[in-house]
Amino acid sequence: MTASTLTDTLTGAAAPARKARRSRRSRRSGREGYKVNWWLTALMIVASLTVLLPLYFTVAMALKSPDQIGTGTGLAWPNPMNWENFAAAYVATNFPRAFMSTAFVTVLSVLGSLASSSLVAYAIARNWNRKFFRGSFVYLLSAMFIPFPVIILPLIKQTALLGLDNPAGVVFLHVLGGISFNTLLYIAFVRSIPVELEESARMDGATTWQVFRKIIFPLLAPMNATVGIFAFLGSWNDFLLPQMMIADPSLQTLPVVQMLFQGEFNTNYSLAFASYLMAMAPTLVVYILAQRWVLSGVMRGAVK
Amino acid sequence: MTTTSRVAQTAPPAGRNTPTSASAKAQTFRSRNRIDPTYYWMIVPVLALFAFFITLPALVGVFFSLTNYAGYGDWKFIGLSNYVNIFKDPAVLQSYIFTLVFALTTTVVVNIVALAIALGLNAKITWRTGIRTVFFIPMVLSALIVSFVFNYLFSNTLPVLAERFGVTPLATSILANENLAWLAIVLVTVWQAAPGATIIYLAGLQSVPSEVYEAADLDGAGSFRQFLSLTLPLILGYLVINVILGFKGFLGTYEIIVGLTGGGPGMATQSVAMRIFSGFTGGDYSYQMANAVIYFLITLLISVIQLRLIQRRGVSL
Repeated sequence: MTASTLTDTLTGAAAPARKARRSRRSRRSGREGYKVNWWLTALMIVASLTVLLPLYFTVAMALKSPDQIGTGTGLAWPNPMNWENFAAAYVATNFPRAFMSTAFVTVLSVLGSLASSSLVAYAIARNWNRKFFRGSFVYLLSAMFIPFPVIILPLIKQTALLGLDNPAGVVFLHVLGGISFNTLLYIAFVRSIPVELEESARMDGATTWQVFRKIIFPLLAPMNATVGIFAFLGSWNDFLLPQMMIADPSLQTLPVVQMLFQGEFNTNYSLAFASYLMAMAPTLVVYILAQRWVLSGVMRGAVK
Repeated sequence: MTTTSRVAQTAPPAGRNTPTSASAKAQTFRSRNRIDPTYYWMIVPVLALFAFFITLPALVGVFFSLTNYAGYGDWKFIGLSNYVNIFKDPAVLQSYIFTLVFALTTTVVVNIVALAIALGLNAKITWRTGIRTVFFIPMVLSALIVSFVFNYLFSNTLPVLAERFGVTPLATSILANENLAWLAIVLVTVWQAAPGATIIYLAGLQSVPSEVYEAADLDGAGSFRQFLSLTLPLILGYLVINVILGFKGFLGTYEIIVGLTGGGPGMATQSVAMRIFSGFTGGDYSYQMANAVIYFLITLLISVIQLRLIQRRGVSL
């Protein structure tokens, strides 16, 4: 558990942890105080341009008219700006429908991942001495060694037969595909919760379900955040499964819809970039608004 | 007598078997009414779905790899001939070579870049939060869309710039160049994957106690020497995690290749995963299933070797 404390320290997830970091840092540079390394700061800012430039380029392209793109580099800022690209892309990709489809897959995948992996992890962690549960754990973990390309062809045939060649089928696969890793994350956490906590509730007559819902699940909150973030990003950005599984093009998710602009004869780049930007915006906005949680959540997962 | 042995039995693993009298009583209380069937309800439905959606397709795939099934119509058993043919197929061999070289190169570059960023973020810089926010943006973006953006940069922007500055080798799109296209894929993959590795390195750097550096300062070690003799050995475990997670992921690269080259020019950048997926439309379903089984065995072998190395190093995951 020390690892997760460290991660909190690092991303400043908890105020006291942040204070601890401050004091440690000041101790480290104790004699001459905190001296900012300006050269390194400048270097890091220059390096961060590798991330910012492609983003700037995407925005600039999305605001250009076809004439402004011409044969230039595409790096110049357009004047005047062409906002109607977004409206055109909105119509061309049927954005609301693709958005709803993606949101449907993502929301259900996140909820499904949270519910299923926490339940499985709780059952396994509390019955570790029983062969059945230990065996189940090993069985679920084995999936981490099976690469997706290996099962994808039979899987698609199977889901098509069942009528699951739609977003609902993708939800199943997103939840089950992530269950090994998520269960692994949860189990370590469940073990750190003292059994005594549940025993007293049981003495008062609580059933196992009630214990899980009222005591365990709320205590799992930090891990819920981690699993939720991974599930959200993985699900929202997934291309492979929706592309291969969803048969009806009108139900496709946002990343897959962008393939529309990859036709041989498509030259309307400004429209394409406006559409890309609209597809990237949701995760970007969520990240910038909640970056402290996102980073600490991801880090908690990384260290486990 | 039976009570005590039961207590020992129900004691949870991992060093928490130091029962105080209260918890010992609780344990006995629990073990007396055996296991609550609710626990089975929590796990069995998930296991059933898992078996159905993950294990069953894997078994079906292995089964069909022994047939001549084209993805439709009749089929019959043909034994191992799919496997024999794969070993004679230069296109398959080419895809394996590309995938392995790509995964190795990307793993090395990603780790160097990520470690550099992590060291920079961990050093005495100002505006740390803002810089960190920027560096982690690629992590949340769709790999496919990112590749589309880079596709335009490589095939339009870069040639125009190259021409302007007279760098003739780059005046044509590197995506159309059989020998350079894979480098573009490496570059975009690094752009996408570096933040994830950076986070793990940051966690590692934070775990190094500052006293270690103070001692090194007193001994007069320079910062480069400190990095080599202190930082690197102390974060070795994190490096191992990054290499293992990264390599396994890069072996399965798909979206970035689709967005950049589509496997071209020719078949120069076709990964194993892409070849396997082609079995869905290409009429060589059973053949690609055999390919998938071989791919699985290779990744399994790599995982086992890596796990062995970890155990020898005594790194705990």
